Amino acid sequence: MAVQFDLVSPERRLASVQATEVQIPGADGDLTAMEGHAPTITTLRPGIVRAVASDGTKAFVVVGGFAEITSTGVSVLAERAVPIEESNGSLMDAILEEARALASAALPEDKDMAEKMVADVLALRAQTGH
Amino acid sequence: MPSLKDLKNKIASVKNTRKITKAMQMVSAAKLRRAQEAAEAARPYAERMNAVMAGLSASVGTSDSAPRLLAGTGKDQVHLLVVMTAERGLCGGFNSTIARLARAKANELMAAGKTVKILTVGKKGREQLRRDLESKMIGHIDLTEMKRVGYVNAQSIARDVLSRFDAGEFDVATIFYNRFQSVISQIPTAQQIIPAKFEGASTSALYDYEPSEEAILADLLPRGVATQIFTALLENGASEQGARMSAMDNATRNAGDMIKKYTTIYNRSRQAAITKELIEIISGAEAL
Repeated sequence: MAVQFDLVSPERRLASVQATEVQIPGADGDLTAMEGHAPTITTLRPGIVRAVASDGTKAFVVVGGFAEITSTGVSVLAERAVPIEESNGSLMDAILEEARALASAALPEDKDMAEKMVADVLALRAQTGH
Repeated sequence: MPSLKDLKNKIASVKNTRKITKAMQMVSAAKLRRAQEAAEAARPYAERMNAVMAGLSASVGTSDSAPRLLAGTGKDQVHLLVVMTAERGLCGGFNSTIARLARAKANELMAAGKTVKILTVGKKGREQLRRDLESKMIGHIDLTEMKRVGYVNAQSIARDVLSRFDAGEFDVATIFYNRFQSVISQIPTAQQIIPAKFEGASTSALYDYEPSEEAILADLLPRGVATQIFTALLENGASEQGARMSAMDNATRNAGDMIKKYTTIYNRSRQAAITKELIEIISGAEAL
């Protein structure tokens, strides 16, 4: 009763464990993947990925990327991923600044998306408590 | 005939050079290992990305609503060549092979009546191409300060390229870099990144897409470009160290040969001088 959970960033593989469920901050809303989930690909909004395993929960702050869910595994490809214990105020500042810079440079038709991104980052920041 | 002193100095200087090349070789060997590890660590991400993109582009690529990054602008008049080389020399043919490939491609395109623009990453490539293609250069990205290339560097290069694409500055972008094969062999490679091409079999499973396929593709394509550039940067990094390692190995060996040769000459002329003096003394004694 487990899924294979992989979290990779461009620079390294952060996690590769068996998990009973994986909570993913999808672009259209949060979702939880368990064994037998329909194959799905979803993009991510800035948020926290949690992998629940028998020996505890692992949480990671992720920004940008997508998750590929199959009936037996979940792979999250995040452009930036940090274990939640290692996240801190300065990291959040950097992410927020990036999002704001994108929002101010965005074309009118992308403006909503970019501003949602800033809001997501702010929500994430509140969640992590930094 | 050089004097004994000159020869002695020459030998000492070559010995110093040998020490330096030997040290450089060992430094490169250590750096190469690190560069290979970095390339290894980045592989899972790039492979998954590629597989998903291949699947997506196969299903969306043919429709009219396909993003421009995938479908292209419909023309191939203006070509952007992104030439990625090292910041440092003394690495054998590493920089020249990339520059040669890029120059050949540029000349071929120009002969076909296309417009060529060049963006250089790494100063060695810029120096080599500046001689005949300076008018085509539109930018340069300097990585001298970087101890290790990170994904951030790839992102900033990708952002630069993408903003130029959005501004309609070019139709097709190609990156030039050395693919790492082994310490003695690096393959200069040209890879088209815009319009995006994804090789390999697409994932066969049928996926639900959330949000729509088009939206995911639009979100992922720029990231795909950054990933391709990052892979190229890492391959280039490993290739550079590999090339430098074998170049310095050769240099060390050559210096060894040279020392041997000069030492022989030195000993011979020393012996000749001694013999000459002896003859003088003996013939002087006989004359008495």
